[in-house]
Amino acid sequence: MAIRRGIKFFLQVNPILCDGYGHCHELAPDLIQLDEWGYPIVDQTPHSYDEELLLESAKYAERGCPRQAIRIRRIK
Amino acid sequence: MTYGVTPRLLRSHTGKTSSLGDHQDLFSTRSRFNAMVELEKSGLLGRGGAGFETTRKVQLIRPLNGTHKVMVVNAMEGEPASHKDAHLLQLNPHLVLEGAEQLAQMIRASRVIVAVARENVAVIARVRTAIQERERMSRRECTIELVTPPGRYVAGEESALVHWLNDNEALPQFRAQKPTILTVGRRHPVLLDNAETCANVALIARFGAEWFRSVGTASHPGTTLVSVSGGVDRPKVIEVALGTKIRDILQIANATPHISALVVGGYGGLVLGPEVLDLPYSNDGLSAANATVGAGILCPIPSTRCAIAEVHRVVHWMANESARQCGPCAFGLPALAEDLRILAYGLNGAREAVERLHARSAVIEGRGACRHPDGVVRFVRSALATLQGDIAAHREGRPCAGVAAAATLIVPAPVREEEMQWQ
Repeated sequence: MAIRRGIKFFLQVNPILCDGYGHCHELAPDLIQLDEWGYPIVDQTPHSYDEELLLESAKYAERGCPRQAIRIRRIK
Repeated sequence: MTYGVTPRLLRSHTGKTSSLGDHQDLFSTRSRFNAMVELEKSGLLGRGGAGFETTRKVQLIRPLNGTHKVMVVNAMEGEPASHKDAHLLQLNPHLVLEGAEQLAQMIRASRVIVAVARENVAVIARVRTAIQERERMSRRECTIELVTPPGRYVAGEESALVHWLNDNEALPQFRAQKPTILTVGRRHPVLLDNAETCANVALIARFGAEWFRSVGTASHPGTTLVSVSGGVDRPKVIEVALGTKIRDILQIANATPHISALVVGGYGGLVLGPEVLDLPYSNDGLSAANATVGAGILCPIPSTRCAIAEVHRVVHWMANESARQCGPCAFGLPALAEDLRILAYGLNGAREAVERLHARSAVIEGRGACRHPDGVVRFVRSALATLQGDIAAHREGRPCAGVAAAATLIVPAPVREEEMQWQ
């Protein structure tokens, strides 16, 4: 994906919307851990769009959240 | 440089509320200054807790379009240990209102809103009278309103306050990017400043930046109001030049000389040891202890009391003040409070409790929509670092004698969750 070179993504949780369903952890275990109360601890480091497996799991997590509390955000 | 007590904001002839006439007598200089230029030169840092440069906030809102921008004066003062805004508004309400009008003019706002917590009846009465006095003067281009949101701790947080203005619900909001420009309605940008900050703006506009910078330190100029409570005969508010030694401030406030620890900046601030007494009270001076003046609170804890029990009471109350919107705050803070209780009273499992406190602090930090959990974590962490000696004894099940003593830090009785009002 040449056009996206240099652009990275990370996941952002809206903690107010989040109700701790934990689906995101199951869908993207490499990016999201759960704390002892079941709320997500998100990997804050931006990843390159070339890491296709990570990007795919991030998309699953974004779409799989019952509260729509998680978003993929891009930064330069 | 002069240090020590410097009455500027708290200048008064009678010690009673200044009427508009008194106010004009006290601060009589006709201003020949351009308020915006002087504010830029003054280097005023916000007095609400974050210590953000007031000019930068003004410059962020000033260029924006919007016919009905809003200037909000934040006098919510949710901190139980802070009384400075209430004191200032009771003594010189017109100074705050005048500063707010100045700021409103700078951003071209047509409305000024003063937010005072509903519970603060005396202040509300004074502000209402002051607004009426100013209305009789008329010839102003902005209106002043008084609003009274519920006095919860997090209700004074800026997004919560603006959300209350919009939707009548004083809950902090999630902001995807920071800094965010908060708006009333969909498109009226808001400038939100602490009451003491506004009063300082009024003084700067009248007397100029050079006068303002003649006291205080180079990077943290001016005077500041300090609320001293805890190990003092009675809680009080004093105005000192920034850079005054903490020891001197406590002496002026008539605090007990024997202290085991000191709360600096408020209940979302730090617990520090007696070694900070010789630091200058300003952000640059306190940076040696990784602290800031925060919301202008100093609470000495006398050595006859158990500092860990005091910290537990504060954290317990702070945990209860969570808006319970975000999981890490709603579940994490009560967990911290519970472990502090185990530690303070030397109950079974105190050793594991200390480990859990460290681990959970790391987990909770930075995961709320507002900074409430971060403040509590900072408070707990600093207490763990400062009170190491005490903690070692408590951990082995040997709590100090002070555990049973009456509380010194001001902590109101926790409100039951179902009785909390947010509207």
